[in-house]
Amino acid sequence: MQTSRTLRPKPAVLAGLVALGSIGLAVATPMLALIAIAPAMPTLSADYLGFVWSITKFTVLQAGLSTLLSVLAAIPLARALARQASFPGRHIILRLLALPLALPALVVVLGIIEVWGRQGWVSTALQGTGLTGPLNIYGLTGILIAHVFFNMALAARLLVAALEQIPPENWRLAAQLSFTSRHVFRHIEWPVIRSVLPGIASLVFMLCIASFAVVLVLGGGPKATTLEVAIYQSLRFDFDPPRAVLLAALQLALCAGLFVLGGRMATDIAVMSSVGKQARRPDRFASRRMDTLVIAAGLTFIALPMLAIVLSGVTAPFTVIVSQSVFWRALATSLVLALTAASLSLTMAWSLLAAQRTVMRRRAPSRAASAFMSCMQASGSLILVVPPVVIGAGWFVVLHRTGLANSAAPVIVAIVNALMALPFALRILRPAVVGQAQVHDRLCASLGLSGLQRWRLIDLPVLARSFALAFAFAAALSIGDLGAAALFGSADFVTLPLLLLQKMGSYRSVEAAGIALLLAGFCLGLIWLAEQLKVETQSQ
Amino acid sequence: MTGAAIQLDNVEFAYPGGEPLHFSTTFEAGSFTGLIGPSGSGKTTLINLIAGFEEPASGHIGFDGIDAVGTEPADRPVTMVFQDNNLFSHLNVFTNIALGVSASLDLSGDDRALIATSMEETGLSGLDQRLPRELSGGQRQRVAIARALVRDRPVLLLDEPFAALGPALRRDMLRLVSNIHKQRKMTVILVSHDPADVKFAATHAAFLDAGRVIANRPVDALFSASDIPGLQGYLGT
Repeated sequence: MQTSRTLRPKPAVLAGLVALGSIGLAVATPMLALIAIAPAMPTLSADYLGFVWSITKFTVLQAGLSTLLSVLAAIPLARALARQASFPGRHIILRLLALPLALPALVVVLGIIEVWGRQGWVSTALQGTGLTGPLNIYGLTGILIAHVFFNMALAARLLVAALEQIPPENWRLAAQLSFTSRHVFRHIEWPVIRSVLPGIASLVFMLCIASFAVVLVLGGGPKATTLEVAIYQSLRFDFDPPRAVLLAALQLALCAGLFVLGGRMATDIAVMSSVGKQARRPDRFASRRMDTLVIAAGLTFIALPMLAIVLSGVTAPFTVIVSQSVFWRALATSLVLALTAASLSLTMAWSLLAAQRTVMRRRAPSRAASAFMSCMQASGSLILVVPPVVIGAGWFVVLHRTGLANSAAPVIVAIVNALMALPFALRILRPAVVGQAQVHDRLCASLGLSGLQRWRLIDLPVLARSFALAFAFAAALSIGDLGAAALFGSADFVTLPLLLLQKMGSYRSVEAAGIALLLAGFCLGLIWLAEQLKVETQSQ
Repeated sequence: MTGAAIQLDNVEFAYPGGEPLHFSTTFEAGSFTGLIGPSGSGKTTLINLIAGFEEPASGHIGFDGIDAVGTEPADRPVTMVFQDNNLFSHLNVFTNIALGVSASLDLSGDDRALIATSMEETGLSGLDQRLPRELSGGQRQRVAIARALVRDRPVLLLDEPFAALGPALRRDMLRLVSNIHKQRKMTVILVSHDPADVKFAATHAAFLDAGRVIANRPVDALFSASDIPGLQGYLGT
């Protein structure tokens, strides 16, 4: 018997389309606003063009040097950690390497000033020995230290993960074939490192290009300003939207070019499956002393600013801080923003993944379905191409023209933060959703379970922990973000990072240290909670 | 180089949280022994102990009567072919084999000739510039065997290297190993899940169960025996 089938999109695909449309709208609206005011741009003086050229050069220079130093430091650290696969505290060290990314940039900057600043620990120690005068952390040096702090840890973790994928049979072969440490590097480690390095380097480069809080505090003046900071300054201090448009266009072109280049260079290392049990590395004893030194040096570099945050924070006048109404307003705003941004980010991520899952079920997806899949996959990385400050700048222009700048500011900041967290949410949820689909799709189809019924009975119970993990990460990112909030900040709209920036700007460093500790506590608390959930999920 | 006798004397070993394994047996010099037994009986662990990838908690492992416990894998008279990941994926066939001669890849004319001979012996002539991904599963395992040959060790350990191949190709590979064994008089130990493979290629067979070598006899004697506990159940006869 022949039956007729009505072709209509499934609810999951519709939800994906809505999410895709919302992301497009949130990014395209400010872009169009920036393009619309471009014709109003006055003729730019040679001096200003010179300034733009100089900050563009500095933007690329600081990102390039930061990437180079981060990666050069990360390779020996990752090799040492991978080689010494079991020693007391290794697990803690790996977790410590994950912390810099979870900490708000502004908090880290404060810690770095405590350690490397004019009156910091290193300067004091150096002056004590009579070797040199106080260090000057402001300018390129400080920016590089802060960026290496963040990105060496990130690169080292990614490299360790790649090195740990080397199948145990390779180590057994190395042991059989009398490989020395040099041979191991040449024949086993370097091919793996080389395959992941372009991807890691381009990620670090893009993070450094879009770095805002670090350059805002440690940079300064035309000699140490990046495009991101210049966009902020042209909107907040000069109120010159046309100039912000020019800078945003440059920043956008730079990021988009790098994204394409990075995508071409990145070659994901093939996941090498193995049937063997974990093997001991033959070079673990020969390099033990050097590895200890390298790990100790890396650990010291990462741990000192964190220690400084704690030590200067615990002595802060918390009674003074909590007696200020602005603190409570900032805390409430930050919490509401974090919860809203995390909820939004998770909703978008789930909608995109559920739609992808539905489209993937088709044996031979149509050209339109394939294009839809590509769009959804790209949407997760959009924020790397269009940095938060550029989106914020566009919305700033739109809202000022419509007179809604103050009232709509929290909504826009929440949206920008949600977009910022989207790649992380997708990264956490995708393996769980895809794995779940592989296990349950056919069973659900045979039982006729679909839609909300499937969501309630199957998806939610299985994916709950991954959702919680993604939510915690998104909330932590949002609570520590300064970029979007700095553009829209006002007396009525203050977040904790903004309050911290104000305290630092008005030389209330003791109060700033207390707020920094609280902010770090919030973020690390959320990440700790997320890590606990992850451990429980893995053990299940 | 002719094969070496391998003695395992009260060898005790346990994985963390696992049941202790206890091995005592002898593999005759120049024999070709197939290890059979249920999953988890300790076949791979046994050859990992012989190769030096695992160290026993107690007992002795000897080659021609010389104790090798504590000796690094590279210093044992052993070469091993694994089930998977035998080759470095970024290196071509020639270089993968050459690593068996020199880890620094400093090759003399004689070394190159040796590599060419081993390639010819294993049916790899003309494939020296191919990368592992450009080879079939059988060819990849041939490269691993060629490298084992250039290492010229008296003991060849094979940990299910042909498990992923089809029946006809598996027979070809077993024939190749059997010929190498006959020509070079190496001591060969093959881990296999398929008793038919052992019957086809080996001179001896050892049956393992629950972490012990229950019997180690000439292949016909083992498969026709009725006095070996667990063997009939394992073979389904």
